[in-house]
Amino acid sequence: MGAITLEKVTKSFGDVSVIPGVDLEIAEGEFVVFVGPSGCGKSTLLRLIAGLEDVTSGTIKIDGVDATGTSPAKRGLAMVFQSYALYPHMSVYKNIAFPLKMAGVDEATIKQKVESAAATLNLTNYLDRRPGQLSGGQRQRVAIGRAIVREPAAFLFDEPLSNLDAALRVNMRLEISELHNSLATTMIYVTHDQVEAMTMADKIVVLHDGYIEQVGSPLELYRNPANVFVAGFIGSPKMNLLEGAAAAKYDAHTIGIRPEHIELSTEGGEWSGVVGVAEHLGSDTFLHVNVDNIGLVTARVNGEFGVRHGDRVWVTPPADRLYRFGADGLAL
Amino acid sequence: MATKQTQVTAKIMMSPAVLMLLAWMIVPLGMTLYFSFLRYNLLMPGMEEFTGFGNYEFFLTDPAFLEALGNTLLLVGGVLLATVIGGTFLAILIDQPIWGRGIVRLLVIAPFFVMPTVSALVWKNMLMHPVNGLFAWITRGLGAEPVDWLADLPLFSITVIVAWGWLPFATLIILTALQSLDSEQKEAAEMDGAGPISIFWFITLPHLSRALTVVTLIETIFLLSVFAEIYVTTGGGPGTASTNLPFLIYIQALLQYDAGTASAGGVVAIILANIVAIFLIRMIGKNLET
Ligand SMILES: Nc1ncnc2c1ncn2[C@@H]1O[C@H](COP(=O)(O)OP(=O)(O)OP(=O)(O)O)[C@@H](O)[C@H]1O
Ligand SMILES: [Mg+2]
Repeated sequence: MGAITLEKVTKSFGDVSVIPGVDLEIAEGEFVVFVGPSGCGKSTLLRLIAGLEDVTSGTIKIDGVDATGTSPAKRGLAMVFQSYALYPHMSVYKNIAFPLKMAGVDEATIKQKVESAAATLNLTNYLDRRPGQLSGGQRQRVAIGRAIVREPAAFLFDEPLSNLDAALRVNMRLEISELHNSLATTMIYVTHDQVEAMTMADKIVVLHDGYIEQVGSPLELYRNPANVFVAGFIGSPKMNLLEGAAAAKYDAHTIGIRPEHIELSTEGGEWSGVVGVAEHLGSDTFLHVNVDNIGLVTARVNGEFGVRHGDRVWVTPPADRLYRFGADGLAL
Repeated sequence: MATKQTQVTAKIMMSPAVLMLLAWMIVPLGMTLYFSFLRYNLLMPGMEEFTGFGNYEFFLTDPAFLEALGNTLLLVGGVLLATVIGGTFLAILIDQPIWGRGIVRLLVIAPFFVMPTVSALVWKNMLMHPVNGLFAWITRGLGAEPVDWLADLPLFSITVIVAWGWLPFATLIILTALQSLDSEQKEAAEMDGAGPISIFWFITLPHLSRALTVVTLIETIFLLSVFAEIYVTTGGGPGTASTNLPFLIYIQALLQYDAGTASAGGVVAIILANIVAIFLIRMIGKNLET
């Protein structure tokens, strides 16, 4: 249960084509993350899968069955919304029980299922409260609880953690990953946070202006970005993309160097530059080096590396981990 | 209003308005109470004398009183029912993205701007009239005997006329409440397997509860004192079939010149209004709490 296939799916709002055509295979039990910049159509794609929007053309198959015209309820998918979309006038218990009640499940079974979901999500003490009396993280868990009890073929998450503070986000990230491990249900997760994407995904789908730029495992995307966009989007801090003479020397239109691969030295190297801003994170330092004739290059160095604003340093691009892209943006 | 300082300031700032309102209310109320204990007929000036509860006894034992009481409650209840249900229905309708929505909304709101006397006259002479009325024309067109609405179904007709005037108010308030419903909640319910009726019942209606409470409370206050519609259509008749409490008091005071009994009736009406208010607040007031 839970294999989803998109075939030539397109979506337009009026004259505006938001998804110009997407083909995608999601295997059963996979944790797939859609990432991309704001407005690239992640939510739209998710809502198409959920059935909350009609496709303009194309086919959506769930477990091999054409579900393009099926109503959201009948697709057997559960969605967790960014705003949680809890029912404010119902208690936590009733919120979680709602899908079961709609399915006509008997009271005893509902009670048992809700209580077991609440136990999994540490909500047992809050079952009588209204959503308004819960913290953000607790609301998030209620929304997940409401999704779990339905035992859906797949979970759809639309930026579920974006309303939480950083510490809670790390926690919930782990909890969702654990949930995926224990349920082994397909999950589709939308985010624009690449840390979430890299840490949680089995498979990342990078979207840009409604097009799929690349699909692959997190490390695949990190190691072998198919084009300049993916190279710049995956990895933090962002990959240095250099054009012009520097690139021509490597017989490419653009070359990419990850900040963590740069060799930095205070004595000598290939390029020389002046340190601009230095961001000290403790373990690491991000140095923004103004390289002569080339421009700004970000380098990630050990936190002990002792340079300061205005110092002259030498930058050497790593010969073996250099990414080369043609004029069309594709990797060479 | 968080600090003591602001609370005190607020009280001082509000006091002139409160005092003004109090004076405005206390003086007529006190005079009404005073008159209600007097034998006071406008045809016999200068012969007022204290009668104790005589006026009350006269008013309450009048067979018209019980009927007027019943009519008042029926009128309030009927109009509330019609406007709340009709208003919810209309609000949902004009919340849909239909063609010409702006015009439709304007038309729906229009009756609120028509004076009660005017609307009642239009209803009486152009719609419900057994000879000239539109309804009679339609029934005759269908080959049936026309109904003389105001003579045969006086209270029902007045309920319809008043409900027509109050429908826009209910619609407007419910519409604004409807528009504040988070669409993601509806989508979540849809994914949870709720059909349109379940979504209405479990999501939309609870969301509207506060607006419906406001509509009910405000309308009740005004509907307890409906007068113009009765005055220009049935004149309380036939007999007392469409007489409500305010109209009965009017009859006592200005047709029978009995200011004492009319005042007693006024006091009874105040007590009744308070009973209704307490009842309503008990029943639905909790919806107003956050
Ligand atoms: N109902 C709609 N009508 C018209 N255009 C829409 C509608 N919904 C979305 N769009 C457009 O479709 C594009 C993609 O929107 P979408 O919500 O899928 O972006 P997103 O990738 O989820 O962005 P974010 O990360 O900001 O949530 C946007 O340009 C948006 O303006
Ligand atoms: Mg989005």
